[in-house]
Amino acid sequence: MTTVGPETADLAGDADLAGDLDRARARARSRRRWWVLALRIAVAVAIVGLWEWGTRTGCYGSDTATCAIDKFYYGQPSGIAAQLGTWIRDGTSSGPLYEQIYVTLLETVLGFLIGSGLGIIFGVLLGRVALLADIAGPYIKALNAMPRVVLGSIFIITLGFDIWSKVALAVVLVFFVVFFNAFQGVREVDRDLLSNARILGANPRQEFRHVLLPSALSWIIASLHTSLGFALVGAIVGEYLGARRGIGLMIATAQGTFNANGVFAAMLILAVLAILAETLVTRLENRIIRWRPNTVTDVTF
Amino acid sequence: MHQPGIQALSTDAAITLHNVSKRFVSPAGKAFTALQGINLTVAPGEFCAIVGPTGCGKSTTLALISGLEPPSRGEVTVLGKPVSGVGRSVGYMFQRDAVFPWKTVLDNVEAGPRFRGMPASEVAARAHDWIARVGLAGFERYYPHQLSGGMRKRVALAQTLITEPRILLMDEPFSALDVQTRALMENELLDLWAATGASVVFVTHDLEEAVALADRVVVITAGPGTVKAVYQVSLPRPRNIQEIRFEPEFMRIYEEIWSGLRDEVLVSYERAKHLLAS
Repeated sequence: MTTVGPETADLAGDADLAGDLDRARARARSRRRWWVLALRIAVAVAIVGLWEWGTRTGCYGSDTATCAIDKFYYGQPSGIAAQLGTWIRDGTSSGPLYEQIYVTLLETVLGFLIGSGLGIIFGVLLGRVALLADIAGPYIKALNAMPRVVLGSIFIITLGFDIWSKVALAVVLVFFVVFFNAFQGVREVDRDLLSNARILGANPRQEFRHVLLPSALSWIIASLHTSLGFALVGAIVGEYLGARRGIGLMIATAQGTFNANGVFAAMLILAVLAILAETLVTRLENRIIRWRPNTVTDVTF
Repeated sequence: MHQPGIQALSTDAAITLHNVSKRFVSPAGKAFTALQGINLTVAPGEFCAIVGPTGCGKSTTLALISGLEPPSRGEVTVLGKPVSGVGRSVGYMFQRDAVFPWKTVLDNVEAGPRFRGMPASEVAARAHDWIARVGLAGFERYYPHQLSGGMRKRVALAQTLITEPRILLMDEPFSALDVQTRALMENELLDLWAATGASVVFVTHDLEEAVALADRVVVITAGPGTVKAVYQVSLPRPRNIQEIRFEPEFMRIYEEIWSGLRDEVLVSYERAKHLLAS
């Protein structure tokens, strides 16, 4: 570009226009964000409000069964809040609240780590060694088809009421999800990439480290979202079946005393935990697979 | 024009294929012959193009030379030694993108020397040099998905050439590029190659590309592939890909080879039609 003058002026004008557009777009985006947030809060207020109102409408005296919504069966938002308050202030029947949360989280995290570790090891191994895969294939399919939650009873018998029976159940649930993904990831590795690594001088160990593992990792990471949920299910169901501490035990206790508010309050705690864990996994995912085009990672609800 | 099999097997050839056949077993359990009695010699520093219809075993030839696949019969030698497994003197550019998507441009280019155990400081200096030579300076920290198809090919070229291969195998490396980018890359390939003195085997189905680039064009028959004819291309170097196409000598050679290639393309086309109809 050798001509100066009108052309550069035009360019400056263009830049100005582009800046204007960008600013307008940013304004529109932030306005929409606030609008969405307001509507979300409105939905929550409406649901909770209706629920609360229903439990207080049309009641005859102290007979809750005559109300529009019977709080004895369906709980009551203010009752749930009161229950949470009691738990935080006075602790639960099995000890302080933070202890229950801590135990359940510990079981979930341990189950998740051990389960995905084993899943990755076996998935990669069977994905690499065809003979092993052929031998183990039918057994793994059979085990996967079984409702594995029933194993919880066995674990309670063999491992007792402590955390390890819950960890074991979480491990069993997590293992298969990660295993199948790791297996698939290793199987689907691009032949050309492997050939390229070999031509460039990679030995089998380098091939594994620089091609197979990163290739399988994108599959494995995708499975971590699901498997974290499974780990939590394993921990809760395990506690439900028999435990000294944990949120699952709190739910079981509340159920035993017909305390609907208690069940809902425990559910609320679980939901918060699950969302926090999910956020952590998404962070981890974005860190580990920076190299991937960011088309699928941005589904935020 | 030479007839196959007449060339003497000289001992100082860079690559020789002597009566080589390759058979595969399909997953359905059927044997399938990809190459049948191939004879080929490539001299040191020679640019040899292999053309032939789709499915004639061109890529298989490269796999045999590289050592990625063993021949079913016959002998392949590289730099005077029989090929057994992947050697260190060979570079290979694949048809599809084979750069590692999880590595940055820099890490991709460094991969070869790193795998071979070169000290990290030396690798980095060399990699920066090669990235600059293929025109990607400033893109060291980019991931492949952030680059255009032509830029990814440049990464692959630098990744291959940094290992200083004496044998360079190229499997339709530019076939996925648009015409302009392709001509650009072909010119750059010729410049870079001239500086290395490597022997090149360049597989393509594009006769124009073959004549423009090569010293010698080998025509392979419709599968099972055998060498149908070998043509010398005596166009002067250095060449400019965009301009050389208009030289009378280029047209003459092109027509001569095309008359031989046409029959094979027709055979292959009829076969494909037959397969679809049955």
